[in-house]
Amino acid sequence: MFRLTINGQSHEIGDEVDPQTPLLWVLRDTLGLVGTKYGCGVGQCSACTIHLNGFPIQSCQIPAQNVVDQDITTIEGLASGGQLTAVQEAWIEEDVPQCGYCQAGQIMRATALLEANPAPNDAEIDTAMAANICRCGTYTRIRKAVHNAADKMASNNGSGRTGGAS
Amino acid sequence: MSIDRTDVDPYVPEFMQKQQAEAVDARSTAFNRRDFIKLTGVAGGGLVIGFSLGVTPGKAQAQVSGTFVANAYVQIVPDGSIVLFSKNPEVGQGVKTAMPMIVAEELDANWDDVRVEQAEISFEKYGAQVAGGSTSIPTNWDPLRQAGATARAMLVAAASAEWGVPAAQLRTENSYVIHDAGNRRLRYAELANRAASLPVPSPDSVTLKARSEYRLLGKRITGVDNEKIVTGQPLFGIDQKLPNMVYATFAKAPQIGARVASANLDAIKEMRGIKDAFIVEQNGTPIEFGPAAPAVLSGVAIVADSTWSAFQAHSQLQVEWDVSSAATDSWSEHMAAARALSARAGTEKLTDKGNVDRAFEQASASAEGFYTYQFASHADLEPQNCTAWFKGDSIEIWAPTQTPQAAVQAVAALLNLPTEKVTLHQLRGGGGFGRRLANDSVCEAAAIAKQVGVPVKAQWKREDDMAFDYYRPGGFHSFKASIDDSGKLSAWDDHFITFAREGSTSPVSAANLSPQEFPANVLDNARISQSVLASGIPTGPWRAPGSNAIAFAVQSFMHECSVAAKRDHLEFLLEVMGDPRWLEPGNSRSLNTERAANVIKLAAEQAGWGRNMPRGRGLGLAFHFSHAGHIAEVIDASVDENRKVTVHHVTVAADIGPVVNLSGAENQCQGSVIDGISTAMGLEITFENGRVEQSNFDRYPILRINQAPSIDVHFLQSDYSPTGIGEPAFPPAAPALCNAIFAATGHRVRSMPLSKEGFSI
Repeated sequence: MFRLTINGQSHEIGDEVDPQTPLLWVLRDTLGLVGTKYGCGVGQCSACTIHLNGFPIQSCQIPAQNVVDQDITTIEGLASGGQLTAVQEAWIEEDVPQCGYCQAGQIMRATALLEANPAPNDAEIDTAMAANICRCGTYTRIRKAVHNAADKMASNNGSGRTGGAS
Repeated sequence: MSIDRTDVDPYVPEFMQKQQAEAVDARSTAFNRRDFIKLTGVAGGGLVIGFSLGVTPGKAQAQVSGTFVANAYVQIVPDGSIVLFSKNPEVGQGVKTAMPMIVAEELDANWDDVRVEQAEISFEKYGAQVAGGSTSIPTNWDPLRQAGATARAMLVAAASAEWGVPAAQLRTENSYVIHDAGNRRLRYAELANRAASLPVPSPDSVTLKARSEYRLLGKRITGVDNEKIVTGQPLFGIDQKLPNMVYATFAKAPQIGARVASANLDAIKEMRGIKDAFIVEQNGTPIEFGPAAPAVLSGVAIVADSTWSAFQAHSQLQVEWDVSSAATDSWSEHMAAARALSARAGTEKLTDKGNVDRAFEQASASAEGFYTYQFASHADLEPQNCTAWFKGDSIEIWAPTQTPQAAVQAVAALLNLPTEKVTLHQLRGGGGFGRRLANDSVCEAAAIAKQVGVPVKAQWKREDDMAFDYYRPGGFHSFKASIDDSGKLSAWDDHFITFAREGSTSPVSAANLSPQEFPANVLDNARISQSVLASGIPTGPWRAPGSNAIAFAVQSFMHECSVAAKRDHLEFLLEVMGDPRWLEPGNSRSLNTERAANVIKLAAEQAGWGRNMPRGRGLGLAFHFSHAGHIAEVIDASVDENRKVTVHHVTVAADIGPVVNLSGAENQCQGSVIDGISTAMGLEITFENGRVEQSNFDRYPILRINQAPSIDVHFLQSDYSPTGIGEPAFPPAAPALCNAIFAATGHRVRSMPLSKEGFSI
């Protein structure tokens, strides 16, 4: 038995779950948090990106028992009380998704980027987002949406939420 | 069976040609029937318009009675919301937003009032439900417009009766019927009950809007599922969860087509979390693409308490494979054999038009080139999966398939059940690209579910998804062309080398070349011949089937011709198109040379064609017609001394008729270009002794954001019949890129992927 803290809530993980199970599968199969996606299982595509203590990591690459007592945020934990974050709003405004499967991972990565760098240029966006594959090729819109989100946060006088660890 | 019609696409699979032909027939029959719309009452009071579409002529009309019955697209709900049903699968092509937009336009619904729901799977109610061939918009354009317009007419009639004024004095806007003279208005919801009691007008009696009257179509509308996507709500096939559900994975042979002889099942069953492990016998001929085929590969099913437990056991599985009927293909051997064949004429003549030999004798210049393109995997980011629950005499399926109706047929045949005992719930697909036209994953899930008896989610590992696919077939073209003394392209000769099964000369799925392929269809002198190599590799439609590779070869070699003729490529390409005309008069889905010329000119103009470029940088132009879409692209790229390519910008010009959702259409074009560059640069499936050599994204490097160019898209909107845009912007990208590389360096790329020639991006 072990405990995980996800989106501010503590979850008890029973003995039936192998503690070596990658966090991705505990989120999806055990806890039903299916927003985090399986794409490759080998740390290549980043569809499974979540925040661990505010940093973007690939949840398919980390055994669940390694993140006990740490602060985990998933795509389900970004919006609070029905209020979307600037990044989520920008993703809708720019109509980024095609199939949408990679976008949870993209949004988690972009959110972390904007926490660290509130006004990234295209090159900085490319560097930060290069870990995430979009098979549909929505990259031009991802760039646009990150700029849009940065603008939203700036115009909120710095009070705009990114939904990252805070 | 082949269908000899000109209003279907030569490269879509046969089952879809049949559907396209039926859709065309249905349009000309069903809509002349006065009774094809019927009114039904809805629980709680409301108005449902039902349709009978895509039915076989002579077949009885679906019975309409009670609530939420047959053929419903439009539902006016008393709370003010308007529910529109989207009939086709959504796999990222945007139909779940675009199709209801068409209905909403004619309904004059306020888009903010609209709630879109995925329709149930029913041929009786909706006709063909399929995501493929860029056909959703063209085959449903008229029915969806009439669905909206007829509902609107009934609401107007209801208001007319309510107020006692002639319908002609009323207008509609934003979900209201408005009487300007009386200064009054009623919301659609307020008219629902009265409308439900009115007779149904004939679809012929309603006037559809002219394009100039559109309020919604052509605008940018964000996807209807976007809020769910950005908040991570369950939506995709892989997200399906049921009480008491178990998890399975299915291990297949690395050597394609091999069968299980024995496996360490006892050891596997001892592993943590494993509930069962068993051998599934092969059924049918699973290496042949066939959406409705009840085909399952031989393999080992592992059933577990979690996906991870199943995957862990998969990695410990030891199987003795019987390879006696397995594929033995080697890609390197195929390449060598094709090169040897290319020196000769093709075995079978597909086209022989005019006098090619004489044109060559009289040529003032000529060009020759041997082109190769690779096999490719669909690589949907959501690996194949399906959830199934077998209940003894029926089965329930949850699947992100592109062909739900074929899936029902396949499962019914596999389990020997009547089709009405197979219920399929359509879920969103995390990418399709043609992979989910096949229902092998659905059949596997059904076969496993039959043994398990409780709900089971059968999940493919990424490695399995890449190791078994209905791949985009590779192919080879040995071209020769002649230029006459006026610098004009005077003859074209293509010896196409493709794949067939052992003992056959008929190309495998999606490996055919149309005898009317451009430019044979516009030239006086053209010859196309074909030879085949024996292969056991499964192939099938992959985004823009046929075209996705043929365009690379044809449009690159076309550039070689203009270079040989010492002509400007824009001018040369326009000259090849010739006089403005439909190539098949009377067929609005055929190539129109004027539309082609217009997009070519627009792309060139927007890209600044003809401007001076710095050393090492060039512009490449390509055009391709597919799925009734006319698309030209110009790529601006530079290449350094290490063959590192930088794509600075891509310009797309497209004529797909009227644009439904500008945001979605632009997104599809941008995505297609990126997919095209990605596939051209570095994606390749190779095999040795029937085994695929790539297993994950480390060796299948999908383009990433830092490699992706900026792309602008220009639509030449027209009143020609609309067509889909999920595919046709893909084919011109690779030749535009290779032509840009030639312009930048003088090096002609004749083989994909470019990484094999030392190029990187």
